Amino acid sequence: MIEAGFENPVTEAQSTFRSIMDATARPGSPFSIAGVAGAPSSLYPSTAAIALTLLDHDAPLWIDDPADEVLNWVRFHTSAPVVTLAADAAFAIVTRPQSLPPLGSFNPGTLDYPDVSTTVIVQVETLTGGAPLTLAGPGIKGRQTLAPAPIPSGLTQQLDANRALFPRGIDLLFVSAGEVAALPRSVRVVEGG
Amino acid sequence: MNAPAYNFAYLDEQTKRMIRRAILKAIAIPGYQVPFASREMPMPYGWGTGGVQVTASILGPNDVLKVIDQGSDDTTNAVSIRKFFQRTAGVATTTHTRDATVIQTRHRIPEQALAEGQVLVFQVPIPEPLRFLEPRETETRRMHALADYSLMHLKLYEDIARHGRISTSYAYPVKVQGRYVMDPSPTPKFDNPKMNDCAALQLFGAGREKRIYAIPPYTAVVSLDFEDHPFERYRHDARCELCGADDSYLDEVITDDRGGRMFVCSDTDYCEARRATADKPHAVPQGYPA
Amino acid sequence: MYVAVKGGEQAIENAHLLLASERRGDPAIPELSLAQISEQLTLAVDRVMTEGSIYDRELAALAIRQARGDLIEAIFLLRAFRATLPRFGASEPVDTGAMAIRRRISATFKDLPGGQILGPTFDYTHRLIEPDAADAAPQVPAVVDAVEEPMPRVTDLLAADNLIERSPARDFDAPVGDLTREPLSFPAERDVRLQNLARGDEGFLLALGYSTQRGFGRTHPFAGEIRLGEVEVEFVAEDAGFAVPLGRITVTECQMINQFAGSATEPPRFTRGYGLTFGHCERKAMAMALVDRSLRARELGEDVKAPAQDEEFVLSHSDNVQATGFVEHLKLPHYVDFQAELGLVRKLRSDFERGASPDALAEAAE
Repeated sequence: MIEAGFENPVTEAQSTFRSIMDATARPGSPFSIAGVAGAPSSLYPSTAAIALTLLDHDAPLWIDDPADEVLNWVRFHTSAPVVTLAADAAFAIVTRPQSLPPLGSFNPGTLDYPDVSTTVIVQVETLTGGAPLTLAGPGIKGRQTLAPAPIPSGLTQQLDANRALFPRGIDLLFVSAGEVAALPRSVRVVEGG
Repeated sequence: MNAPAYNFAYLDEQTKRMIRRAILKAIAIPGYQVPFASREMPMPYGWGTGGVQVTASILGPNDVLKVIDQGSDDTTNAVSIRKFFQRTAGVATTTHTRDATVIQTRHRIPEQALAEGQVLVFQVPIPEPLRFLEPRETETRRMHALADYSLMHLKLYEDIARHGRISTSYAYPVKVQGRYVMDPSPTPKFDNPKMNDCAALQLFGAGREKRIYAIPPYTAVVSLDFEDHPFERYRHDARCELCGADDSYLDEVITDDRGGRMFVCSDTDYCEARRATADKPHAVPQGYPA
Repeated sequence: MYVAVKGGEQAIENAHLLLASERRGDPAIPELSLAQISEQLTLAVDRVMTEGSIYDRELAALAIRQARGDLIEAIFLLRAFRATLPRFGASEPVDTGAMAIRRRISATFKDLPGGQILGPTFDYTHRLIEPDAADAAPQVPAVVDAVEEPMPRVTDLLAADNLIERSPARDFDAPVGDLTREPLSFPAERDVRLQNLARGDEGFLLALGYSTQRGFGRTHPFAGEIRLGEVEVEFVAEDAGFAVPLGRITVTECQMINQFAGSATEPPRFTRGYGLTFGHCERKAMAMALVDRSLRARELGEDVKAPAQDEEFVLSHSDNVQATGFVEHLKLPHYVDFQAELGLVRKLRSDFERGASPDALAEAAE
């Protein structure tokens, strides 16, 4: 049986979206996500809430855990097409952050249409307990620290390369059990990693 | 005939998702115009359909909404849009800039500095800053892709050659975080500096032209200019006749047909707040007619 | 059957009967009265009067009913009738400054002498379909009386400061252009251009006006003033020697204030675009004012680059009765010409198959 999604789809999608929007507008700062009951076992309730908020049949999804339980849940609740090639995805969900695929395997958009790119949602255990990354850029007053863990080694170099593509690039959402923090392409890692 | 039923904040959830995805991309690429599948709204194109769609997509039951047009809460279109959201979303509304979580605006940025957590939603008629220099979308998209803004600089330079100054007084182009040249919507250039390093998130919605763009908080927004002809703000050289403000943008009001006129704050909330805190609420500064 | 070598007359007659029957619809449903059309489809009547170029509500209502609600067809009916009327002369210019005002707004000044009067407008309604609204008795609005005191026009207020070009002074000796009596010629003077635009198709002018806002001949417009109300029409009869009042008509006037123009000899000042319609045709009046200003490009020394600035393009294609006639005439038989083309194509193809050069083909086509 497939569990229910949002109890109140209109207001829960709205509050989840506002947290994602605030997180994207203030990179590195965590914002709380209420989560949704009955998510598949490999997804946090927060990740599932984000999926319900952003996905539908116009937003192809790539996921690193293509188990039937997850795929059936995604298809039933969002109608999002699940793609096997990361570069075809509007959104990607990564449940095993240590094995985050190279950012270059996702779609960075084109110079004409940099918005046609992949947003990668990375599930991590913590947003504050890892090695700190010091961030600067739009949305940040001075400097902001984000310390997600676990993350793959060499992520900082990948983020530098991603920043160099601007305005093309990959946008990242780090999701813990109850919070989301964003690392959009516009941000630079000035220290750490 | 089926009587239509409407969702919270009018738009259906699928439309909101589409707009929300566009808003996230817009924030991630400051100043870039994200195309979106703008819907037919129950008000005409050109009357704020882009702003209304953005507001409808972000608004929640706990928000406090303020709507202004020309700086004022009581102009007809502001009243109309505010009522629209009262009716379709049941949200609380306010005229006080500091109490609002979401402010939808046409043509002005409030005088009161905005705070973190606030969202300013602009209604935009022509989002493309290069449109009046090059009418074709295929061409302007290429220019943005290559960051080739020579046409804009040439236009501003020609202004100086012809008029001795840059002859753009509203919708004055800006460069966002050193990359995209952006149209600030037809706000007077007086408001341009407020966009720079602003604590609030600024979202721009153009319904007819189907574009959404954004300026995240604390983002560098620079008005285009030349070293020897630097950007200058403009306001009428007068005080507000109601509150005495000498730092606010002023509306000229014609008082008779013999050339009589006076100046009042365009931002009605700013003006009212100043009058409420003044010793003599309606004090008229010296040298101005009562 | 469409093609009938003989029996066309009978076919047409039957088509007319079918049309009359379709127009009437189900006889069990009461027929629309002219008063219903005139009172409840007022804006349709106003448009038909404006583009039909006759001020007669009842006649316009009749035309709308006969045309099954096809407004261009109704305009056509009015125009065809108008062509049969004798022309006595030109009225005195109506004085819109002395209008009994029911609506008056300015987008350029927050307040001004006489104030902003919203009047009856869709502007701030929410376009939500309300199935019950049709049956409910409307609430009585707060103010229904027109403002009778003369209200200064915004453009006159600006003109007092010399910030806008003056209205052209009236030349009493100049003849009043009339393109229903003199065929259009180019370059056309502004009076004839305005007449053409007033009669022009609302949709066409709307699209052209819109194109100027999107950069195809930008004019930086502001809606200086839009006013709706009643004005007196007067006529100077040659034998009487003085102006005789003919009655009051409802008109909508729009004065656009546009980008300044300046030169070495003239300081910068705003320019104008003008729109005037019968009845309440606000969209039309605004579009007309935008296009009027665009068509002044030549006069104001601006580059003529965009469609809306191209006098010949605009004035030659604005008339929907002309346009619909010519577009729809393609339904008429063209057997003769088509047969000639058919013969030519066959000949070209056989040349081609025999390996003739493209140049030879081009020659053959000429």
